[in-house]
Amino acid sequence: MKELIVLPRVTRRALMVWHRNLVVFLRTWKVNFFPPFIEAFLYLSAIGLGIGTYVGSIDTIPYVNSIAPAILAISVMNSAFFECTYSSFVRMYYQKSFDAMIATPLSIEDVIAGELLWGATRSVMYVTIMLPVLAAFNVISLPFSLLAIPLAFLGGMMFAGLGMCFTAITPGIDTLNYPAFLYITPMTLFSGTFFPLGILPQVIQYVAVILFPLTHLTAAMRMCTLPAFSWTVGYSLAYMAVIATVVCLLSINLMKRRLII
Amino acid sequence: MENVPPAVIEADNLHKTYSGTVAVDGIRFSVRKGEIYGFLGPNGAGKTTTMKMITCISPRSSGSLTVLGMDPEEHPAEIKARLGVVPQETNLDPDFSCHANLTTYARYFDIPPETAEKKADELLEFVQLQDKRDAPVDKLSGGMKRRLILARALVNAPEILILDEPTIGLDPQARHLIWDRLKLLRAQGNTVVLTTHYLDEAARLCDRLVIMDNGKILIEGAPADLVLEHVGKEIVEVEKNDEIAACIRTMNVPFEIFGDTIQIITQNAHETARILLDQCRPKKLLTRPATLEDLFLKLTGRSLREGA
Repeated sequence: MKELIVLPRVTRRALMVWHRNLVVFLRTWKVNFFPPFIEAFLYLSAIGLGIGTYVGSIDTIPYVNSIAPAILAISVMNSAFFECTYSSFVRMYYQKSFDAMIATPLSIEDVIAGELLWGATRSVMYVTIMLPVLAAFNVISLPFSLLAIPLAFLGGMMFAGLGMCFTAITPGIDTLNYPAFLYITPMTLFSGTFFPLGILPQVIQYVAVILFPLTHLTAAMRMCTLPAFSWTVGYSLAYMAVIATVVCLLSINLMKRRLII
Repeated sequence: MENVPPAVIEADNLHKTYSGTVAVDGIRFSVRKGEIYGFLGPNGAGKTTTMKMITCISPRSSGSLTVLGMDPEEHPAEIKARLGVVPQETNLDPDFSCHANLTTYARYFDIPPETAEKKADELLEFVQLQDKRDAPVDKLSGGMKRRLILARALVNAPEILILDEPTIGLDPQARHLIWDRLKLLRAQGNTVVLTTHYLDEAARLCDRLVIMDNGKILIEGAPADLVLEHVGKEIVEVEKNDEIAACIRTMNVPFEIFGDTIQIITQNAHETARILLDQCRPKKLLTRPATLEDLFLKLTGRSLREGA
């Protein structure tokens, strides 16, 4: 256990791993840039305009404006989490890319740190592409909504780290379905995304605030896009910074334990 | 005193234990600059584990190890910058073409892109893959992939090249190309360390080698010397039957029985064969020089190795 609570030695070489993933991503950029556009359209039209027609508004805020930041937060979560679970697992286990990299001056710490940074970068890209679509629908306010971009990085690191922890302990690619369905799916629905947490039983509210990091990302995103800032953003940012730091460091140590024997 | 080149890898009392199993059990060896040095042994002998410790991938459990004068635990990045590694498993990057595999790898060594571009083309030519420059790696045959991995291991102009089973599963043409390239690298002053199951490969390539079994080094030296010293010069093989076995016993020469053949080790195969033909009249008789395979089987036995 002791090896899991040491500070990993990460060097600037982590950026080389990040760069490798960027090159691969940009080579198929047309395929990669398309989903965020489509996803924004689909969510806004189906949930925002469809359900929104019946719901009308939540606390005087039009429903579609209320879920726009949730769409951003969910995208941050999905892009980083799935990049650092299934995609990283494929690179680690099937492509043996990590083995090839650590035969060079890169250390396993550098490799995993690069993967985490890349996961967060995917989140930032996703949000950056979605923002103009949401702005075109006139459901977010500028310029405060641009704060969603740095927030996406913080949230991205958090979900990248969470995903990488699961990747480090999963026996195979199939068992990654457990965190995806048992953790990510309920989190998507019960983090104050499509309806306020306040209407849920107290116990579930506690679960959401303590165990679902998406709750805090959604809350912070919403403050930026409405905009409606409150001092509670401090809590959310602190929560995310702490969780992101802990899970990123832990995931590097877990991966080292898995791969360096 | 003979002028011996300096050691570039030195191990003493080196141990590696994985969750209770001893993989490497107190080995001592030294690889000198400019030689091709081989690790031979059956499956599970500890060869790959030893390579992993040399290449700073796997930390040692105890003992001392220095590579290029440095400790792998303290200076892994500095050591790895000067090593070229050909792993047992093919781990080329499937997202890139042959050329991009080399340039991407070069980036991990901090080689400037322009230099890497040129170097990649040179290396593709070196392993005769210039025609496949822009082909994706999953379109390559097994032999081409191994050659590309060899090229990849050379992008940083390494001082020591470490190869784990470099020619496994290759056709004779591809094996010969790799052997030629390794000899060429040695001629340019590089040090080459390799593990292999192929005894002809070891005999042909290695200046010196060790034979390992159960994590220990059984023997170290130049292949020809080792064979001469521990097996003998020549071998006469005859088909085994009770009559011949009885006849050979009366000749008072050392012999061994393996399955359906009897092997007689001798300094003069012609003479022994002549006497044997005269006295025992075997139906089939074969004379041949003693090889590394004889030595290997003598040291590690003939039973099949499971696992690993």
